[in-house]
Amino acid sequence: MNRTILTLTAATSFAVAVIAEPQSFDFKDPKGVNNAVFVLDAPLEAINGTANGVSGTINYDAAEPASLSGRIVIESKSLSVPNPVMLEHLHGADWLDVKQHPQITFESTRVANVKSSGNKVTADVTGKMTLRGVTKEITTPVSFTYLKDKLAARTNGQMLGDLLVVRAQFSIKRSDFGINPAAPADKVAEEIQLTLSLAGAAPKK
Amino acid sequence: MRRVLRVLAGLIGVLTLAVWLVTGAHTGWTQTRVTVVKLDPVTELEYPETRDQFVAGVEVLGGGLLLALALLGASFLLKPVSTTNRKETKP
Repeated sequence: MNRTILTLTAATSFAVAVIAEPQSFDFKDPKGVNNAVFVLDAPLEAINGTANGVSGTINYDAAEPASLSGRIVIESKSLSVPNPVMLEHLHGADWLDVKQHPQITFESTRVANVKSSGNKVTADVTGKMTLRGVTKEITTPVSFTYLKDKLAARTNGQMLGDLLVVRAQFSIKRSDFGINPAAPADKVAEEIQLTLSLAGAAPKK
Repeated sequence: MRRVLRVLAGLIGVLTLAVWLVTGAHTGWTQTRVTVVKLDPVTELEYPETRDQFVAGVEVLGGGLLLALALLGASFLLKPVSTTNRKETKP
């Protein structure tokens, strides 16, 4: 009798796993934790800044991470540096031109080299990054941590659901996206190092 | 007038240095926002929290000290008031 119950339970679990659909994780974070850090480390001056206007969705299936797809958006005007003059320049027409190009986007197109370890998955994600109206294809290593039933802990029990933590670190070239190509490279680095730290929520319906 | 300029130069120099030291002796450019890195306990993500705060940079320090030096220098260009002249003007 016990063996029959166990077999039925295992079969049901397997069936659920097989028919599991990808969850849609929303990256609009009311807690303001989601952020991007950018660093331009030039010989004469290092520029460090952050951005927190993150939104977008990622469709992620914990049973089949390779099938993920999604789009992350960062509001251009949310990019910030501590110095007020530098901030004005950063948002200005020569640099990010936030009035004409209010969003920076990354849309995934394919996933490769997927490796799983427990609830963590690493993969090389290729996608189209649009910055200052210029779209380039880039590939970056991304780590995904699937936190089942952890949404309640983040919302003081007001919402039930899962969390997906996304971390990525990659570099882009300033000139590739037309970000003030005339700026001297000894003062403003050509390479922009980006670190994304994001958490998306998939509430249970 | 010489004395006024020298006192002013001293005050500006000391005040500039004090502001720079009190706001953190920051060796970069002036900042009007300060970022503190925090940790979200659930996701274990580090995130920056920014608050408005004035931090005087090297341009404030340099500018203040240069102004103080300029006033001090100007004080040496002024002719000292002669004490003998003053006595002559007395009735």
